[in-house]
Amino acid sequence: MFKMTPNVLKNLFSQKATRRYPRVVRSPFESARGALINDIGQCTFCSICALKCPSQCITVDKKAAIWRYDPFACVFCGICVDACTGKCLHQKRECRNPVGERETVLLQGELKQKNEKKP
Amino acid sequence: MQKTIIPFGPQHPVLPEPLHLKLTVEDEVITEVIPALGFIHRGLEMLANIRDFHQIIQVVERVCGICSMIHAMCYCQGIEEMMGIEVPLRAKFLRIIWSELNRIQSHLLWLGLFADSFGFESLFMQFWKIREKILDINEATTGNRVIVSVSVIGGVRRDLNSEQMRWILEGLSWVEDEIGRLETTLLSDYTVKKRTVGKGVLPKEKAYELGAVGPTARASGIAQDMRLLGYSALNQFDFEPVVETDGDCYARSRIRFREVLQSVNLIRQAKSIIPQGETRIKVQGRPEGETFSRVEQPRGELFYYIKANGTKTLDRLRIRTPTFANIPALITMLPGMWLSDVPVIVLSIDPCISCTER
Repeated sequence: MFKMTPNVLKNLFSQKATRRYPRVVRSPFESARGALINDIGQCTFCSICALKCPSQCITVDKKAAIWRYDPFACVFCGICVDACTGKCLHQKRECRNPVGERETVLLQGELKQKNEKKP
Repeated sequence: MQKTIIPFGPQHPVLPEPLHLKLTVEDEVITEVIPALGFIHRGLEMLANIRDFHQIIQVVERVCGICSMIHAMCYCQGIEEMMGIEVPLRAKFLRIIWSELNRIQSHLLWLGLFADSFGFESLFMQFWKIREKILDINEATTGNRVIVSVSVIGGVRRDLNSEQMRWILEGLSWVEDEIGRLETTLLSDYTVKKRTVGKGVLPKEKAYELGAVGPTARASGIAQDMRLLGYSALNQFDFEPVVETDGDCYARSRIRFREVLQSVNLIRQAKSIIPQGETRIKVQGRPEGETFSRVEQPRGELFYYIKANGTKTLDRLRIRTPTFANIPALITMLPGMWLSDVPVIVLSIDPCISCTER
């Protein structure tokens, strides 16, 4: 009885070890690797991110200026972010929200105009 | 008595991963065991022939869901040795810190599962509550909780400043205190001892003959720890392998408990002697030749054989995980035991079947 009672009293009056998720959510840490975002205005379509990706989830079409990304194949490792030459890829802290259907992210950038030849 | 064959099936509440054992039982005492593996074979070694050798780091990390940092470190070490790359000293120390955090996290997970195997659910929850602290440290310093993806060929991707180190050590002191409170419950409780002492005894000669590795071998008195090889700056640390002599389930759980405290001590040593410097060097070129690489996983000795021929993809990647080496030891431990001891004994070798079958 003398060993149990202090334990019981301590457990009755101490803080809970769990939180009431999903009403109470802990904000992720600063350098947590969450959803991948591409700032398409800065993108140079060099396709280094597509070359380095371990799960091959990025496809880049330089001529049509299209950056295609499959968020369901992505493992959020951040290698594309480290390798990006135009500094347009970055990761948010929060993970993606659950969705009902599979989707592919398709971003269209500005098509480059060809220079006119001088006569 | 008549023999019955009972399948300790792929699906079992106590197993973290599917393992099939055909138990031949005579009047509740086991006489023979036949294992069957292959339920979650994913063919990851084949990917080494398809993907770039830099991309294989991410593949190799996902061979095991619990000890992933150590797989990546073993692979990177093998490739660096083949290409003759000298990793900066600070990167070696950082790899040690993250791999010891991984070891603490893996042992805490096992301690919880072990308590659950004989029905002690509240102790299971307490151990996993302590484990959450280590996962928070991982997320804050590397970005992810378990599969940290922080090793690259040539170093590490992230750095730790002194503020983060101080926070890590504070967290580890909390972990040490909490573990100390649970020590008497795990190691001196009458019911726990009744379920674990004298069960699944592996004598020292048998352990050596069958090639047992890791805590399974160290519990039988063989002082074998791959960290004594001194890879990745471990030769500058001061530690002894944790050894017990009884060879039963109680000795194995005691070893893992003491190894948590040993890893905390190693991280403290790392903080005091870590040098300043860069964390990553640029790598150019392709690997050629063949190499071996051995490190100490939480479950034992991890062994990599890498063969490359100068192209972007590797020729052959062969991974021998410690659970694969411990399964023959498991087969000799079980005969003579009761049917109700099987979950406890199977869990006591710390089976990681997804590692074994890749």
